[in-house]
Amino acid sequence: MDSIWGDDVAQNVAFYLIAAVMVVAALRVVTSRNVVHAALYLVVVLTGMAGQFILLGAEFLAATQLLVYVGAIIVLFLFGTMLTRAQLGRDPDVDNTAAQRWFGGLVAAILLVIMGYAIFDAFDRVALPTERVQPLAPVSDAIFSTYIVPFEATSVLLLAALIGAIVLARKD
Amino acid sequence: MLLTNFLMLSSILFCIGVYGVLARRNAVLVLMSIELILNAVNINLVAFGALTATVSGTVFALFIIAVAAAEVGVGLAIVLLIYRNRSSIDLDEIDLLKG
Repeated sequence: MDSIWGDDVAQNVAFYLIAAVMVVAALRVVTSRNVVHAALYLVVVLTGMAGQFILLGAEFLAATQLLVYVGAIIVLFLFGTMLTRAQLGRDPDVDNTAAQRWFGGLVAAILLVIMGYAIFDAFDRVALPTERVQPLAPVSDAIFSTYIVPFEATSVLLLAALIGAIVLARKD
Repeated sequence: MLLTNFLMLSSILFCIGVYGVLARRNAVLVLMSIELILNAVNINLVAFGALTATVSGTVFALFIIAVAAAEVGVGLAIVLLIYRNRSSIDLDEIDLLKG
């Protein structure tokens, strides 16, 4: 089929619905003046991301995304917000000046145009394989054979981050 | 499904995150924008992994999730320390190194 909906209409409808929700929520994350609302909009973006991972066939990654991001990192953000802010309502003082925001928008727009041009120049009309569900066994095989060194390095990094965060944040 | 769908969604989220880093002054909100950027990159990795039918994309995305968790933990600890010392997390006021 030549239409933008392709052969798998249901998957494309799901993609565009989730993508629209994610983009709107992401815009609210970077424009909301209420820090707690920004964190809750981030939950919407991260959950939508898990949906996109399922559409791409990476189910284990979707579960990890929900557990690590929505379960842990958002809670960290909310703790950080509450420990560093006396007020929880709208806060006029979270954004840069209007001129700086316009320049930020300009930089982001230019970046988007350049990346969009590069993407459509290189990958226009490239279709993903229809069967793309990824079983967990090959992934764990790869982690514990091909990628064993980065895996061990990640565990050391996590330990270092744990100790570093405790040392930084403790009172003495 | 077309590969460009996922790549364009990833680019849009990446650019929104870049705008957030540039436009925000609150350190916690800047960290949230960085999370947006890291997540956008994950979609790219998984999409290319699905295109080539290899597991490398998923493995790299898992590593990025672990590194992002470490980054947020240390970043928020630093923000807490700054708040304890200066009673503010306004990034414009952290200018001790500005000659």
